[in-house]
Amino acid sequence: MALETTEIQEKLIENFGSKVLQFNQERDIFTFEVDSEIITAVILFLKNDPALRFHFLTDLCGIHYPDNEENRQFAVVYHLHNWYENKRIRIKSFLNGSNPQIKSVSNIFLCSNWMERETYDFFGIDFVGHPQLKRILNMDEMVSFPMRKEFPMEDSGRTDKDDRYFGRTTTNQPIVK
Amino acid sequence: MSDSKVNMVAPPEGVTGEGFFATKLNDVVGLARANSLWPLPFATSCCGIEFMATMASHYDLARFGSERVSFSPRQADMLLVMGTISKKMAPILRQVYEQMAEPRWVIAVGACASSGGIFDTYSVLQGIDKVIPVDVYVPGCPPRPEQIVDGVMRLQELVKNESVRRRSSPEYKELLASYNIQ
Repeated sequence: MALETTEIQEKLIENFGSKVLQFNQERDIFTFEVDSEIITAVILFLKNDPALRFHFLTDLCGIHYPDNEENRQFAVVYHLHNWYENKRIRIKSFLNGSNPQIKSVSNIFLCSNWMERETYDFFGIDFVGHPQLKRILNMDEMVSFPMRKEFPMEDSGRTDKDDRYFGRTTTNQPIVK
Repeated sequence: MSDSKVNMVAPPEGVTGEGFFATKLNDVVGLARANSLWPLPFATSCCGIEFMATMASHYDLARFGSERVSFSPRQADMLLVMGTISKKMAPILRQVYEQMAEPRWVIAVGACASSGGIFDTYSVLQGIDKVIPVDVYVPGCPPRPEQIVDGVMRLQELVKNESVRRRSSPEYKELLASYNIQ
């Protein structure tokens, strides 16, 4: 018998009540939101429950929503996969914009160690309980978190993008605004 | 020797007489250096693939005295930086340059090494001349092997005409100091 999304939803609501919400089939993946306080409990439950068996963490990443209200400006997204039923789910957990903190799942899924480091590296999300939360891809001297929306895309040290070098200036004409 | 196709480099300007040839030390040293540049390829991406073609039999960089590709910076004269250098890699590139013995020359091959190329972004070094001095820039994305050979030949011209005293001149020391290299 295939694992139905309604079964996942019922089991989660039965155990976690209103802290698990926004159940939604988004295209081909079942998605829901989890209160960031109980993320480790929910993931542990999904992994160990004999019916659910989501024993594989496919991906973990961050999102920045600068236009959201203060408590929903960051999100951490978890993709879980049940290999027995070939069923995938996506969990979103929203975090505070000025102090993004969430418990680490690195003791539940060892593979999340580097993924959490990457998410910290690019979004500055603090994974509480992570054994070695330091930058993984960017250089250690970097002070900003480059995937945050306020971070400029282009390097300010670039010197060869001056229009004068490409004959694109209109020196003899007044600039029309 | 009559059927040999070996091309010899022309001797420098000088005075020839019976049993002697007199010329400037500068020219002799320059000639020797320019025709035995040992390259150190620092290849990180597609420009490196083009350099492999440049080294191989069809384009044959060995014709220019660069037969022996050195993979140790300590025995190399000519550092060829080919490909995107991320900011995280910049200190390593710098360390490689520092390990090279004087005299040393640098060619930035391709758009990325020269200016950052299309990667105008937070993680990419906007040209290797931000961390080490560069003698020749080869444009292209990636450049054809002919262009790389042209770059090497232009460097040979620089080497031929370089004074033997240049590396101890105050200008050169100032240049290195501006890059914070001892």
